[in-house]
Amino acid sequence: MIERKDVEKLAKLTRIEISEKEKDALLKDLESVLGYVSEVGNVTSSVPEDHAPERLRNVMREDGEPHASGMYTEEILNEVPSKEDGYIKVKRILN
Amino acid sequence: MGRNTVDIKNLTIKSTHESLIGGDFSAQELAEAYLKVIEEKNPEINAYLEVFDDVSAQAVRADERIKNGEKNPLVGIPIAIKDNMLIKGKVASSASKILEHYKAVYDATVITKLKEAGAVFLGRTNMDEFAMGSSTENSAYGVTRNPHDPSRIPGGSSGGSAAAVAMDGALASLGSDTGGSIRQPASLCGIVGLKPTYGAVSRHGLMAMASSLDQIGPMTKTVGDAEILFHAIRGADEMDSTSAPDDVHAFGADEKGRALVIGVPTAFLEADGLDEGVRENFNASMDKLRERGYEIREIALPNIAYSLAAYYIIMPAEASTNLARYDGVRYGLYKEGKDLIGDYASTRGEGFGREVRRRILLGAYVLSSGYYDAYYNKANAVRKLIRRDFEAAFDPSGGGVHIIATPTSPTPAFTIGERKDDPLQMYLADIFTVPANIAGIPALSVPSGLSGDGAAGLPLGVQFMAPHFREDVLFKVGKDFEQSLTA
Repeated sequence: MIERKDVEKLAKLTRIEISEKEKDALLKDLESVLGYVSEVGNVTSSVPEDHAPERLRNVMREDGEPHASGMYTEEILNEVPSKEDGYIKVKRILN
Repeated sequence: MGRNTVDIKNLTIKSTHESLIGGDFSAQELAEAYLKVIEEKNPEINAYLEVFDDVSAQAVRADERIKNGEKNPLVGIPIAIKDNMLIKGKVASSASKILEHYKAVYDATVITKLKEAGAVFLGRTNMDEFAMGSSTENSAYGVTRNPHDPSRIPGGSSGGSAAAVAMDGALASLGSDTGGSIRQPASLCGIVGLKPTYGAVSRHGLMAMASSLDQIGPMTKTVGDAEILFHAIRGADEMDSTSAPDDVHAFGADEKGRALVIGVPTAFLEADGLDEGVRENFNASMDKLRERGYEIREIALPNIAYSLAAYYIIMPAEASTNLARYDGVRYGLYKEGKDLIGDYASTRGEGFGREVRRRILLGAYVLSSGYYDAYYNKANAVRKLIRRDFEAAFDPSGGGVHIIATPTSPTPAFTIGERKDDPLQMYLADIFTVPANIAGIPALSVPSGLSGDGAAGLPLGVQFMAPHFREDVLFKVGKDFEQSLTA
């Protein structure tokens, strides 16, 4: 079952900083929930073919009529934590 | 102003509309009456995270429209909106620290529709953070209290929207429902809540939790009000490719000229944890419907007991993906780390609450390569089986039922703190509501009276489920049931 190092790996993969103390609590919670949801493994009935494929359809729209360039830029940038000259600013990733 | 006192306790959308059109009171007077109740009760109940500063201006515009002959049933109607739906220019935080100061840059489709109808938005309501919870205890801004007993939870995740209506702090509200988040709080607060068919209402502008399960729906005092609000927000939307076309063919048994048949999945109700008072109330409710000409029939839904397990795999899997967007780059909280990845980790570590972290990790686990087949694939297979069970139960050619009924919640409202540290116990609150989301069918919770046990006087509810796009059948049985209680 799930171990402490798995919790650490999941935290790393999901980019969430978690304290040492919370790792133990999360381990306990995840163990209990995974134990419960593992019940799905007990279902043995054969699975039907894809559900009502005749009711599934593609939803497409024409890729045209763009809005005027920059129309929403200011409003959207208002919500950006860090910006410069109309761009979103992040830390450098190449040295 | 203020020359007419508005008796808001007994208002419905329909009666209010008639009063507004007939000039008994104005939209402004009505809005003021609600603001007064909110001012009185919200400090204790905490249903609203914010009351908007332009309520009065909205009401003035509604009054002008009424004066100019507007007949839309929602013109001037004061409505509360769950904090995970976008209203342009207003904060929308999903009750999370990570979006504490986020201002929406566009309107959700449901908001656009309600603005066109002339509704007045009173404010944004409290909820479990990102709609993850069944008690509103997971809000980053404090728990909402149940207006019927402030020591108890109002249910969740739309607990604020339920409490707002139950305390007469709004005439109606919108909630969202991924596994019961409209119906369970509606039941625990003694109001009506509808989770529409998946695809009936556009999700554009609703913060995504689990995209294959989420639906927006009305929370109201009566079934008739839920019907009015549902028709105002439903419809195809080019901004949501999963919204259903308007000519979608409703199916299911034809009820014309026949007594409607209600199926009760008896074996499922034997599940552990169903409160004895809830069981008695449910049985009495079915007796009342029988007296009104409904046939009550025992049915089997062989795989329904696995709904909750499948749900707690599919939902976190989708949520962990959907919540990847909150990274401190484009909006919301930003917490500096040592490099870009460190920025993400410290922002998300600081901004997400405990339950959100729990579900993101759980989702990443069930989607990881070693476990994908055992959990996620298996859950999706079980989901297909459950859908097939419902279709078989409703199949008109096989003498199927028109409606399936269960209690909405296995217990009345529990006390604040009672289940907070036991996620599994909390998840079990959704046992009867989750199947409708798994199958994509519509479901309605209607108040069924008060519990008679030691915690006397707590509201209970009955849940009715119908085939896809058969909300009409739900409104019919819901209204008949309401009448049977007052008769």
